[in-house]
Amino acid sequence: MTITSRHRPATDLGFLLHKHPDKVQSFGQSFGTAHVFYPEAEEGRCTAALLLETDPQALLRARGTVDSPDFALASYVNDRPYAAASLFAVAVGDVFRTALKGRCAARPELPGTALPLELHLPAVPCRRGPEEARALFEPLGWTVRAEPVPLDPALPDWGDSRYLDLTLTGEMRLADALSHVYVLLPVMDGAKHYWVAADEVDKLLRAAEGWLPSHPLRNRITGRYLARRRTLVREATARLAAAEEAAEPEEADDPANEEQAPARTGTGGGTAEGRADREPPLAAQRAAAVLDVLKAEGARRVLDLGCGTGTLVARMLGDAFFERITGADASAVNVQRARRRLRTDRLPEADRRRLELFAGSAVYRDERFAGHDAAVLMEVVEHVDPGRLGALERVVFGSAAPAAVVVTTPNAEYNVHYEGLEEGAMRHSDHRFEWTRAEFAAWADRVAGEYGYRVRYLPVGREDARTGAPTQMGVFTK
Amino acid sequence: MTAADSAAKEPAASGAPVIAVPEMALVLLVGVSGSGKSTFAARHFRPTQVVSSDYCRAAVGDDENDQSATADAFDLLHYIAGKRLKRGLLTVVDATNVQPSARAGLIRLAKENDVPCVAVVLDVPEGVAQSRNAARDDRSLPPHVVSRQRRELRRHLKRMAKEGLRKVHVLRTAEEIDAAAVVREKSWNDKKELTGPFDVIGDVHGCRAELEELLAELGYRVRRDGEGRAVGAHHPEGRTAVFVGDLVDRGPDTPGVLRLAMGMVGDGDALCVSGNHESKLVRALRGGKVRVAHGLAESLEQLEEAGEEFTARALEFCDGLVAHYVLDGGRLVVAHAGLKEEYHGRASGRVRSFALYGETTGETDEYGLPVRLPWAQEYRGRAAVVYGHVPTLKAEWVNNTICLDTGCVFGGRLTALRYPERELVDVAAHRTWYEPTRPLDADAPAEREPGVVDAADVGAVETRAGELPGGIVDTGHGPVKVPGENTLAALEAMSRFAVDPRWLLYLPPTMAPAPTSADPELLERPREAFEAYRAAGVDRVVCQEKHMGSRAVAVVCRDAAAAERRFVPGSLGAVYTRTGRPFFRDPATEAEVLAELREGIAAAGLWERLDTDWVALDGEMLPWSAKAEGLIREQYAAVGAAARAALPAAADALAAAAGRGLEVSALSDRIAAAGRDIEEFSAVYRRYTWPVEGSAGLRYAPFTVLAAEGAAFTDRDHLWHMQVAERLAEHCPLVRTTRYLVVEAGEEESAAAAERWWESLVGAGGEGMVVKPLAGACAKGAKGLAQPGLKVRGPDYLRIIYGPDYLRPERMERLRDRRLGRKSGLAIREHKLGLESLARHARAEPLWRVHQPVFAALALESEPVDPRL
Repeated sequence: MTITSRHRPATDLGFLLHKHPDKVQSFGQSFGTAHVFYPEAEEGRCTAALLLETDPQALLRARGTVDSPDFALASYVNDRPYAAASLFAVAVGDVFRTALKGRCAARPELPGTALPLELHLPAVPCRRGPEEARALFEPLGWTVRAEPVPLDPALPDWGDSRYLDLTLTGEMRLADALSHVYVLLPVMDGAKHYWVAADEVDKLLRAAEGWLPSHPLRNRITGRYLARRRTLVREATARLAAAEEAAEPEEADDPANEEQAPARTGTGGGTAEGRADREPPLAAQRAAAVLDVLKAEGARRVLDLGCGTGTLVARMLGDAFFERITGADASAVNVQRARRRLRTDRLPEADRRRLELFAGSAVYRDERFAGHDAAVLMEVVEHVDPGRLGALERVVFGSAAPAAVVVTTPNAEYNVHYEGLEEGAMRHSDHRFEWTRAEFAAWADRVAGEYGYRVRYLPVGREDARTGAPTQMGVFTK
Repeated sequence: MTAADSAAKEPAASGAPVIAVPEMALVLLVGVSGSGKSTFAARHFRPTQVVSSDYCRAAVGDDENDQSATADAFDLLHYIAGKRLKRGLLTVVDATNVQPSARAGLIRLAKENDVPCVAVVLDVPEGVAQSRNAARDDRSLPPHVVSRQRRELRRHLKRMAKEGLRKVHVLRTAEEIDAAAVVREKSWNDKKELTGPFDVIGDVHGCRAELEELLAELGYRVRRDGEGRAVGAHHPEGRTAVFVGDLVDRGPDTPGVLRLAMGMVGDGDALCVSGNHESKLVRALRGGKVRVAHGLAESLEQLEEAGEEFTARALEFCDGLVAHYVLDGGRLVVAHAGLKEEYHGRASGRVRSFALYGETTGETDEYGLPVRLPWAQEYRGRAAVVYGHVPTLKAEWVNNTICLDTGCVFGGRLTALRYPERELVDVAAHRTWYEPTRPLDADAPAEREPGVVDAADVGAVETRAGELPGGIVDTGHGPVKVPGENTLAALEAMSRFAVDPRWLLYLPPTMAPAPTSADPELLERPREAFEAYRAAGVDRVVCQEKHMGSRAVAVVCRDAAAAERRFVPGSLGAVYTRTGRPFFRDPATEAEVLAELREGIAAAGLWERLDTDWVALDGEMLPWSAKAEGLIREQYAAVGAAARAALPAAADALAAAAGRGLEVSALSDRIAAAGRDIEEFSAVYRRYTWPVEGSAGLRYAPFTVLAAEGAAFTDRDHLWHMQVAERLAEHCPLVRTTRYLVVEAGEEESAAAAERWWESLVGAGGEGMVVKPLAGACAKGAKGLAQPGLKVRGPDYLRIIYGPDYLRPERMERLRDRRLGRKSGLAIREHKLGLESLARHARAEPLWRVHQPVFAALALESEPVDPRL
């Protein structure tokens, strides 16, 4: 990064940054070394450069577990040595600590003065492109020039990379400029490369005190900066004094949909549901509809297959109607989360005897699935490859074979109501298909016939005359 | 005869009583305190076979005399005895057992475990017991207790035999007790010592002519009486026929069939288990109340014609039939209606009932026939179960069980199974002798492999105590252990991402790199691979060019029939990744690739050469970008892009600073070097990237022919595999050959030539090579199975693994400590699993058996190992 000042005398930059223009200085970081030097230091124009040399070994040690699209090898081959993202922001915060605080003993008037500044960062990761950079920096008074960097000049078909050659120009106090960079670099990247600790909230609020509350994208900034750790986000949002009308997070994941999602979906992830449905959330309506059906069927012993983190299990556990509740999910991690969420180790004996949670798959026969009045497959079938549905049918309808089976799945016809969901796209990146009502009925009718069930269909959620309801439900009974 | 006096009836020659105890049974010792039960138990049984109430009381109460612990002690006693019986172990209960209620619980326990229960009563005079108790210093028992026990014992002694005990042996004096001998008695159904070979014959139902024909077909010589009637049959090679029952009813000549079978059994040429029809015939002939239906009328009529004397012999024969046999060291079980594993070798009413009738759901199908429980689908036993009872169109193996009833009497065929050859031999019915209730070809409850595996089969079920599952898979090269957490990871991965398990006959094992090079400028080079093999005792190796693409296993079926028979109906093959995921997202591309391979295999004449209608290949699908374009863009190209944007800017700034006289030369040099490194780095992935449209542009380089019908080619050497691949490549444009070189690892010249060859490969941008034992996958070294391959990757290629600048000396120094042990160990374990799944698939073992090692291999893949190796 270079910081150029055209303030006269421009070399005042040296005082502000607390780094002498005629020296080359190096600062050790936990992940490498930061160098500061001045490519130019004239009366009319002075440029300071911050160059970060990372140490791959040290990086490995500092590696975080934050969700990122990285694969295992990415810990070894990655853009950290070249791109200006969160680690670079840390270096900025460290090397220019005093400047960031707006203190300058030698020239006390300087920190309060807006200077004609130009910041140049040649490789800034920003997956959402130049618009994102403009949306983040322009409200703060910068003129933004953001040129996408081509992915590979030898493979022109591949187009642009996620990096921007970013130049910010504007009249700005230096401390503010640095604080913008410090906070917004990780936000543009969307992935922090070191462990996000609770004190990050304080760091963020301290660094961005002056401008974040009034920034139009403050929620996105908070969320991304804190690497989307939800409790931290909530804490920060609550502490933002100006956050009186908390707009909903832009990427509200439907927790019901997360259930079957891979732990690391990648950036293509996220769900579309929830945007179109204000209150009550579709997931809650769905759970309520399932519980209604279970009661109508007199099903007191229920198997929730694909229970995810236990949303429905929790509701059944809180309802004395249900005598035996079994939750199974193919993901052992989900089951573990469900155990934590339900505090299974502290349940009273009576509840503990009603509840069983274990890792189990809908495509592997399992004797633990037997002995229930009903099985629930809530938003599960669409996560199963069409070629494996036959196995699921055999396991659920043929082998476990409870008196009732409740299946819910998205109604693809309803997708037109979700803004931002491209035509033909699906609501969740792990969905293998989404059925129209006719497709669902064709499947369900065949299965019912094959395994000796009758099936009836119920809409869940606000029903549209043309497209039907967002969720469709099939109730199979013997 | 009452059982109570049976002991007296079988004195040994010397006059001492002999007590026969079934080999698998619950033995109750009955007698008052001081009657000598523990002494008796110690003399006649192993200590582990005896469960005593005193021991259990001490175990739960720290004191053998603590009467308050009694209830818990007996709980424990029942628990231990139950576990032992479940596992088929002879168990002796050493407790007073004088009250009927105390015995009832134990008799129930025996029943629950389908073993007989016998009692040995030590009925010593009261005085003897009293004086023994008085002599004991570890216990003081008031005399009235013993008196009460004895009264209790004697009151019920006469009726004890009716409590459900198979036998009650009574020993009346101390002398008799001392003199008594205990002998083990084999179960009726235990014929483990007979090893055959056998010809198991399906339901005959009075079809004498067809039976004679089948016996002739099987090579038996029929013996006839003066009237020309078949009265026996002997196989010149000493084979034994085994009838699965239902010799009688429905057909035209039940007496003729019985005459032949009785003769064969009598001569030791055949064994026969009882069918439900024999059982009913016995009741009918005894004048019992039975409904004369299902062809019984025909039998009764025919027997009447055959005469009283013959009918009496037939009755005796049928009445004496055992419900199931365990043969060939426990590897073969024959029962009329089949038998689940828990019942093998057991004896109880319900075992007999299962063997004769099977289990039904209580529901009936559209023809009014009972709906049967699919026991065969759930069967997991190692013993082959051969049975009849349910007429089906075709005899097919399901989970190591096979039903031989192909409805001869209904106009189908009479079928026999040659064992251990597992060949089917059949003859057609001469006509429809009896109209079936359900047409033979009705597509009803045919026992088909369902394509679904049990979670318990792959060790993914937590124990009741909440312990993680996991398990051990036995392979031909020793057991492989799979930790529980890996199993759960595999359960998720298999469930969510893998192709239908029926396609997965093999997952390629991970491959270890050659030991780190002694040359400080390289991480890997051929020399260390050769040395590693030599050290393991493998001298001849083959070096194969390593293609940089994505691993792909292709199962190619010649036609739909092959796919349906061996894999998944309604498709013609599958291409999957090394973790069992579909290789192609688009089914159309997969179909195109399979079609090209199918045509190539046909043109190359491989269907005929391998005598098969399907082939499984293991190879590399090129280019890398076909599968990994996203990864290359996101990860590799992106690193290049960031570097190409950042490094020149840094260089410019440094140049300007240097122009101002600042000392930045070292930094400048490093930035310049980084720029050169990044260009080399980008050059690597660009070589493995080219456009692909559908199957156009794809190349497949198979290096192993994994399997074909009935064969896993793990015993062939790599030259054979290379030749098949080359032949295929000649006839299939999609297929690319693999360059290779045979090397004598110990010969300097040969090794040096191979090194030059490797240098030329990597110098031209190749990934490197794989060194494998020439002898093939099963190659063994001094310490057992050898590594199936060691990879030797080129220095430039490794830039995309270790980072663009890894060749800098200071980086190399740190990277050289690679800790390969874990990776090598994993590679061997996965290799064993791969060999095992192929072997099981070749033996046409049931899906769950093939899936076990495949699942385990995927589980091991979730082990944390340095991904750069």
